[in-house]
Amino acid sequence: MTTSVLISRSGSMIARFFEYMGELTIIWTQTLGWIFVPPFHGRRFLEQARRIGPGSFFISALVAFFVGMIIALQMAYMMVRLSAEIYIPNVVAVSLTRELAPVLTALIVAGRIGAGITAEIGSMTVTEQVDALRAFACDPVKYLVVPRFLGLVVMLPILTVFADLIGIMGGYMICVNKLSVTAPMYFTMVIQSLAIKDIVTGLIKTIFFGMIIAIVGCHQGLTVKGGAEGVGRATTVSVVRSFIMIIITDCMFTTLFYFVFNV
Amino acid sequence: MIEIHGLSKSFEERQVLNNLDLTIKTGETKVIIGRSGVGKSVLLKNIIGLVRPDSGSIKINGVDVTRISEKEYNKIRMEIGMVFQGGALFDSMTVGENVAFVLSEFMDLDQKTIQDKIVDALALVGLKGVEKMMPSKLSGGMKKRVSLARVLCMEPQIILYDEPTSEVDPIMADAINNLIIELRDKLKVTSIVVTHDMNAAYKVADSIAMFYHGHVIADGTPDQIRNTTHPVVRQFIHGLAYGPITEDENLVFGHVK
Repeated sequence: MTTSVLISRSGSMIARFFEYMGELTIIWTQTLGWIFVPPFHGRRFLEQARRIGPGSFFISALVAFFVGMIIALQMAYMMVRLSAEIYIPNVVAVSLTRELAPVLTALIVAGRIGAGITAEIGSMTVTEQVDALRAFACDPVKYLVVPRFLGLVVMLPILTVFADLIGIMGGYMICVNKLSVTAPMYFTMVIQSLAIKDIVTGLIKTIFFGMIIAIVGCHQGLTVKGGAEGVGRATTVSVVRSFIMIIITDCMFTTLFYFVFNV
Repeated sequence: MIEIHGLSKSFEERQVLNNLDLTIKTGETKVIIGRSGVGKSVLLKNIIGLVRPDSGSIKINGVDVTRISEKEYNKIRMEIGMVFQGGALFDSMTVGENVAFVLSEFMDLDQKTIQDKIVDALALVGLKGVEKMMPSKLSGGMKKRVSLARVLCMEPQIILYDEPTSEVDPIMADAINNLIIELRDKLKVTSIVVTHDMNAAYKVADSIAMFYHGHVIADGTPDQIRNTTHPVVRQFIHGLAYGPITEDENLVFGHVK
C-alpha cells in the first residue's frame, strides 16, 4: 500500500469520525432542546424508566456483587501478607463507588438497553414508522429519543447506587466469612473510608454514560440503512461505540476529577 | 391544489426525479403509474416533506413547501395524510392507539369521543373489533386498512396513497377504491394514488399520470390513457413483457424449457 493511499484513507477516516461526532452533537442538542418543549409525555418516560431500571437491576446487581467479592479476594492476596486485611473494606468501597460500579453498570446497560434501543428504533426506521411519525408532524427526536434519554439519565445513577451497595455486600461476604474482619469492623471501615465526593463523582459520570448510551443507540437506530441486516449491523456498532465512548469518557472524568478538582 | 415544477431528486449517483412537472387540482384524484423505482413513492415523500428535493418547487395551496422550515411544514402536514406502502403502523401501540394517534397527540378530546372516532374510522375500512390487537397480529392487507383508518381520523384535505390496494384481497381492494371515490365526492379530498393496479387506476382516477425516466410522459383522463397510442404507456397499461420499456432497459426474459 502506497503512502498516498494510506494518507488518503486516514484522512477519510478522520473526516468520518468528525462527521459522526457532529451528528451525535446535533442529536444531543436537539434532545436537550426538546426536553423543555411542551407537551410533556410523562407516560413515555415512565415506560422507558421501567424498562431500563427494574429491567436491568438483577443483572447489574449480580455483577456488582461478584465484583465486590473479586476485589476483596484480590486485595486479600496482598493484604494478608502485610497483615493489613483491615484495609480491604476501604479498597472495596472506594474502588466500587468511584470507578467500578458506575462503569460496569453503564457497560451492562449499554449492552442490554443500548442494543435494544438501536434495534427498536432501527426496525421502526426500516419499516417507515419513523417517516410516519414525521408525516404526522411529530419530531422523532422528541417522540423517540427524549424519553429514552431521560430514562437512562435518571435510572443509570439509581442503578449505580444499588450496585455500590450490593458490591460492598459482596466484599462483606469475603471479608467477614473468609478473612479476619468482623461485621461491625467491615461497616465501620467502609463508612470511614467513603467520602460524599467518592459517591458523587461516580454518579456524575453515570449521568454522562446514560447520555452516551441514549444518543449513540438512538442515532444508530435513526440512521439505519438496508433492512433487517442493517438493523443487526447497527445494533452491534451501537454497543461497540457506546463501550468505547464510556471507557474514554470515564478516563477523561477521572483525570479531570483528580488533576483539576483534586477529588 | 398541488403544483409541482421542475422537481429533481437524486440518491447518490441515481437520478430518480428529473425535472418533473405535475399539477393536482383541489378535489381531484390523480393516479400515478409507472415502473417500480421510477420515483412515484419519492414524489409522495417530497410532497409530505420526508425527502427534500435537489431542485424545483412544490406548491401546496400556494405555499412553496420546499422553502419553508420544519415547523411551518408541520402545520401543512396536519392537512395531509399519507397511507404508506407497508402500512407503517407503530409496533408498540395497539390498532386503536395507532388509529387515534393524531387525535391523542394533537387534539384535546375526551376518551369517549376518541373511542367513537376509532370505531367509525375502522368501520369505514371494513374492520371491526380489532382495536385492542397489536399490529404484528394483522395481515398485510389489514395493516394497510388500519393505516388508511389512521389517516381518515385526521380528516385531512389531501391524502397520499402509496399502493393502497397491494396485498389486499380483490373484494377489499374494490371497497378501498370506493372509499377513495367517496372521500373525493363527499369531502372534496384531494388524492394522489400511486398504484400498479390498472383496474383500480381507471376506477378511482380523475386523471392518470405516467412516470418514465423521472418525469411525466403522459397525463390525461382514464379514457385518454386507456386509448393512448404512446408505445411506452401502451406497454405499461397492457402489462406486456416485450416493448419499448424492456428494450430500453435491455431486459431479456428467459423461457422455461
